[in-house]
Amino acid sequence: MAELEKPPFPPGRYSLIIVGSGPGALQLSYSLRRLGIDHCVLSDDPAPGGMFRRWPVFQRMLSWTKPFTGLERRSRAYERYDWNSLLADEGAGRAVMPQIMDGTSYFPSRPEMERGLVAFAEATAARIRFGCRWDSTSRDGDDFVLHTSDGDFTAPLVVFAVGVALPWRPAGLENLPHYGDLRPADTYRDRRIFIIGKQNSGFEIATGLLPLARQIVLASPSPTKLSVNTHSLVGVRARYVQPYEDSVLSGGVVVLDTSIDEVKRAGDGYRVRTRSAQDESVLTFEVDDVIAATGFAAPLRDLAALGVATFGQSGLPAQTPFWESATVPGVYFAGTLNQGAHGLKKHGIPSNSGAVQGYRYNARVLAAHLAEKRFGQRLARRRLEAHEVIPHLLAEASHGPELWHQRSYLARAVVVDPEHGIIDDGIVPLAHFVDSAGPDAVAIALESNGRDDPYPAIYIRRGGSVTEHLLEPSPLLDFEGPNHRKALLAALDRLISPSVAEPRP
Amino acid sequence: MAVQDDIADRIAGFALFADLSGPQREQVVHVLDEAWFSAGERILRQGFSGSGLYVILEGTAAIRIDGVDRSLLKAGDYFGEISCLLGEPPTADILAVSPLRCLVLPSAQVESFLKAQPLVMFRLLQGEARKVRTTTKWLS
Repeated sequence: MAELEKPPFPPGRYSLIIVGSGPGALQLSYSLRRLGIDHCVLSDDPAPGGMFRRWPVFQRMLSWTKPFTGLERRSRAYERYDWNSLLADEGAGRAVMPQIMDGTSYFPSRPEMERGLVAFAEATAARIRFGCRWDSTSRDGDDFVLHTSDGDFTAPLVVFAVGVALPWRPAGLENLPHYGDLRPADTYRDRRIFIIGKQNSGFEIATGLLPLARQIVLASPSPTKLSVNTHSLVGVRARYVQPYEDSVLSGGVVVLDTSIDEVKRAGDGYRVRTRSAQDESVLTFEVDDVIAATGFAAPLRDLAALGVATFGQSGLPAQTPFWESATVPGVYFAGTLNQGAHGLKKHGIPSNSGAVQGYRYNARVLAAHLAEKRFGQRLARRRLEAHEVIPHLLAEASHGPELWHQRSYLARAVVVDPEHGIIDDGIVPLAHFVDSAGPDAVAIALESNGRDDPYPAIYIRRGGSVTEHLLEPSPLLDFEGPNHRKALLAALDRLISPSVAEPRP
Repeated sequence: MAVQDDIADRIAGFALFADLSGPQREQVVHVLDEAWFSAGERILRQGFSGSGLYVILEGTAAIRIDGVDRSLLKAGDYFGEISCLLGEPPTADILAVSPLRCLVLPSAQVESFLKAQPLVMFRLLQGEARKVRTTTKWLS
């Protein structure tokens, strides 16, 4: 309680400031503290949790934590099955979520997720100045000045981990209730509901209101994608597909691919006019409620005036592969804002940087990057013998949680240095590896093409140019067998002599 | 904040989408993703799998083959279509020369998109025909 009486981090100058107290901020702060990097953490909220203090509206997450895997829950390999716990190196902060969940679902409830984040903050002794609202930003030489409700905070480096949770509505629909304004479900009993938007938030509302609503219309210009078809997190998740089935079986839900021409008040309800992109046909709906499930934007306040470039409907900040603003050096991002660093986005499949299981690894990589590039540290790296390289890389493809959760985005890199030998360079952003000059090296990533099982991809950097070598998928998701060893040995041919790279029995 | 309306208006001036109605352009903007690239950033990588069709909204890009810049692309131009149509990795790098804002369609969705938007398919065919004509003139 002493912390509450005297908040940490009084106004002043710091070497680095993190803004936020959601999972992205908690993970980055923890990872920086493990590296001994002093920093200050500010948050407008009264407690840890970020958007999970409020959402999802129907109170259950889309990300799972699988309780029984045959793996020790505090092992690194278990992280592949636990999408919701933050990453602690040791102690009570590891694998928090399976300890908290009540076992009725492998999707944690929202309150369980919130409790898990609070438990992580407590177990790792997170220090945060709560109730401190960042209002505006300015420059003072090389420093950034954050003007807050508690005074001015100054630092040459600022990491914004403020989420993407500002309700966004298209032009003409600004006054409609948004996903975030949903009333208690019972108030929609026997009503006709028009939901604008056919992504997860729209289908989440439709699923929650199925037993109550008289009619539900889901409408947006583009067709619905389903995650079970895209083989990725692109599209509506299986948990929310029930309204879609109701629609195709003509149960009362209507799913339309159409533009919204106009929404007008009509008596106690609304009149919605839609126009088909195919034949320009017009439909008019008389409904009791309209809900804009049209997405969210990044609450970046005045950062655009500072020069931070943003793009897309969500106003995401454009970022380098190491999550630094592409236009304002010294400004970094963590948490779900990391979606603005698109990586290779192969086959159109984005990273999982919009979700905890993805950005928790970004935060750890960012902490190491900041330590080396901004604080002059040289982190220890493991030296490998030539015969260890192939088993090491294939084990990472089979079990490395960073590669599983951030496909085509994070990779395990091994540098071949004539002076220092073969060095494990750790987890790196794949876009940085393939697009930056560097020593001869190999990186392995796990990739998906939206159609087949996942497969390892090898990137060989030699003499400054990088080539791609795709290995075969495995129906058992095991890439450590003889065929993959042989294929990797062949790919490494020009980097490490096959006579020494051959794994030992 | 009316980002998508802004883009739907902007692409009305592009040859590729010139024949579409307002609702059709709106649908195109919903189907394609928006991406932003810094000057110097690679967008397509020669020899890498998993590319897409890109339409430039703002900025300039360079076509680079084996390290040599061959030509420049500007707003309204598109690239990556040959790789998507043939199902093969790109034969050139595409680099942003200035900050570049694009619409993107993953390779696997190009066929269904063009079949659903035959007016765009015809415009794209015209564009490819012009490229073949230019190449033929150059060779002769």
